[in-house]
Amino acid sequence: MTRKDFKIISNWVKADSKVLDLGCGDGSLLKILNEERNVTGYGVDLSVDKIIKSLDNNINVVHTDINNRLDYFTDKSFDYVILAQSLQVVDNPINLINEMLRIGNEVIISFPNMGYWKSRLYLFLRGKMPVTNELPFSWHSTPNIHLCTINDFREMCELNQFTIVDEVISSNRNESVPTKFLSNLLGESAIFKIK
Amino acid sequence: MDTVIEQKLKVTEPLHLKCGNVLKTYELAYETYGQLNTKKDNAVLICHALSGNHHVAGFHEGDNKPGWWDNMIGSGKPINTDKLFVVCMNNLGGCHGTTGPVSINKETGSEFGFDFPIVTVQDWVRTQKVLMDALEISKWQFVIGGSLGGMQAFQWTLDYPEYVSNSIIIAAAPKLTAQNIAFNEVARQAIMGDPDWCNGNYLKSKKIPKRGLALARMLGHITYLSDKSMAKKFGRDLKEKKFNFNFDVEFQIESYLRYQGEKFVDSFDANTYLLMTKALDYYDPFNEVDFEKKIATSKSKYLLLSFTSDWRFPPSRSEDIVKTLINHNKNVSYACINSDGGHDAFLMKNDNYFEVMRNFIENNIDD
Repeated sequence: MTRKDFKIISNWVKADSKVLDLGCGDGSLLKILNEERNVTGYGVDLSVDKIIKSLDNNINVVHTDINNRLDYFTDKSFDYVILAQSLQVVDNPINLINEMLRIGNEVIISFPNMGYWKSRLYLFLRGKMPVTNELPFSWHSTPNIHLCTINDFREMCELNQFTIVDEVISSNRNESVPTKFLSNLLGESAIFKIK
Repeated sequence: MDTVIEQKLKVTEPLHLKCGNVLKTYELAYETYGQLNTKKDNAVLICHALSGNHHVAGFHEGDNKPGWWDNMIGSGKPINTDKLFVVCMNNLGGCHGTTGPVSINKETGSEFGFDFPIVTVQDWVRTQKVLMDALEISKWQFVIGGSLGGMQAFQWTLDYPEYVSNSIIIAAAPKLTAQNIAFNEVARQAIMGDPDWCNGNYLKSKKIPKRGLALARMLGHITYLSDKSMAKKFGRDLKEKKFNFNFDVEFQIESYLRYQGEKFVDSFDANTYLLMTKALDYYDPFNEVDFEKKIATSKSKYLLLSFTSDWRFPPSRSEDIVKTLINHNKNVSYACINSDGGHDAFLMKNDNYFEVMRNFIENNIDD
């Protein structure tokens, strides 16, 4: 996850709110949100190494599996539930988003866009699954089992009646990609806020 | 490291126990490690488990074995005595210096024995607070315990919320299950069924219920280890490499358990064992009438730890506590450590476990 994503999420999150960060990694997002927005909350991660790093960032962190153990958290007990750059690794994205909507008032999800022109070009020219800096794994050893494009994501939201309330599509060069029409081609990474 | 010495606090203020009895006077045995700073605010309380005592770290004069948690506590260790002043007390009803069944009851002139009143986790926390006041400690930076000790570390945040900054609860449970109580009951029956127990008055009869206490310990010990760790350590290894077709000790595990039982009898009192198991059985803070009121007042930060192979207090029991704390908006972190060590893993060196402890403690020390 990039600092740019942090900035966008930090801009979306209201001061003094309560945040649950799923797949929190080393806890730096929560740390920044705490410093910039005075948020409280918890990170969740499955890796004990990440728990250790999160504790070093002095955030609250719970060691559990976001795929099936979100029973720790009661209905509508958080202002925001965030899933940053982890949608592609979860077992069942729709189940998870439903769980996130159960727990939080708003859900923020960021993910890498497989519709980005470089990914398309990679597949088109080489005839192989794209291996990039952001997704550096071969098809057989990747944890990224549910990669999607921005159009795929929008379609899933529509089918499941998830309401998109805000979005930022960005590429490495530009802060954001303005043209909605071309976002699936020019956007490298997407952040959606849904309800 | 310098040798450590046991200290005693004589208390003359009567103690009204949860069971309704009153102890008019009592003594608390404790040890300390590191230096209390001038502001007296760098203190840590360690709470011991069922068979533990106050000798938690360092060496007694002439001993070659350190205290029971010496790998965790000391200079440069996760509970760092370069910065922190560590206190550990033998719990009331114990048999290592604090008033308990082997102590003389001043009213009768002989040992309390089986007449020693039933003590609870809440009573222990209260006497730990008495010691805290005597040492003029303003606030515990950390209260830390494993197993039954973890229950005390949790109870502190409920009973004295103003006096605890951080509570570290390791391999614990919010209450015992039927299976846990069942194991305790078998242990008690082993002791009480020993003819040398003499209805609890074995000290007067100059006897010791060795068989019963050893059996209780053997049973307990099995529940502290995991199937995997026993398989790894003993497997089906034989002492004499062949079957003898009799009932003497043949398998190494039998030999080990007997040794553990016999060793325990030399250092532990049977009536204390009964009391400690009862304290475990009774503990159930979530179902106390004033729990909601108490948890609302807790300002403590919490760290919970569990171990994958612990079946005495499995991870799910720690997670019950984590869930309750999250639902009450407490600052809580939780890690489940991969270990074959069973319940006893909390006493063993493990890189991930120690890193979790170190990072939590270092980032929450208030210098």
